[in-house]
Amino acid sequence: MTAPQTVPVETPDIQEVPERDRAWVTIVWNDPVNLMTYVTWVFQKLFGYSKDKAEKLMLDVHHKGKATVTSGSRERMEHDASRLHQYGLWATVDQP
Amino acid sequence: MFRRNGTRCTAQFSGDEVKVLRQVAGEVVALLTEGFDRDDPVVERLFPDVYPDDPASTAELRQYTEGELKTGKIDQAGAILAVLPSSGGTEVALDEEAAEAWLRALNDVRLALGTRLGVRDDMDLEEELDEAVLKDPTSARVGQLSLYAYLGLLQESLLEALINGG
Repeated sequence: MTAPQTVPVETPDIQEVPERDRAWVTIVWNDPVNLMTYVTWVFQKLFGYSKDKAEKLMLDVHHKGKATVTSGSRERMEHDASRLHQYGLWATVDQP
Repeated sequence: MFRRNGTRCTAQFSGDEVKVLRQVAGEVVALLTEGFDRDDPVVERLFPDVYPDDPASTAELRQYTEGELKTGKIDQAGAILAVLPSSGGTEVALDEEAAEAWLRALNDVRLALGTRLGVRDDMDLEEELDEAVLKDPTSARVGQLSLYAYLGLLQESLLEALINGG
């Protein structure tokens, strides 16, 4: 048997990303009222997602209880959460 | 229920349906205006905390966003009231913009009603309704559960009419 070829691993320069520059996320939470078809439509409508992507996110919300739907700057995420609230989805903003 | 008719989503409503739709849309408007109460669970659901673990940031952001959000929700409920006669049956024909406003408004109405009824994810609406009828067929809960079920079907039919014709 031959030993697996080893590739020298380069040690990456680990640098802390300043907290304010780390990406923020918009999270949509499961709720018992919103229709699955409606939630899918809202994701397509607000974020221009394909039907497949929107449906996958909706199913994540439904089965896992929540899904990250967008990521970016804090201001952008707050705007997205507000638009989702206009459509009645339960959205919050977080910095993971 | 809604159907697609050319570029429009159309539905025929009886006098009773018009009455009940006007009533629930009016209740949402009242909740967002003179009846606005931050501690009301329905208001909490319609205006969720953006930072659940950070009340200060939530409150700060709310100063900038709540007014616009409230106006938007009043306007969408108004889109329902705008096309319904004050009494009697009618046929409505919604263009895309009006159909979208109706979808959002029907969703707000269902969120309000669903919150008041304590709707849960694992709840079978038909079973819940059967149970309520057995207990007391004349109870307010029976009426509200039936209304909630009707509004879900109406919203679904409008969404289908909007998507399938687009």
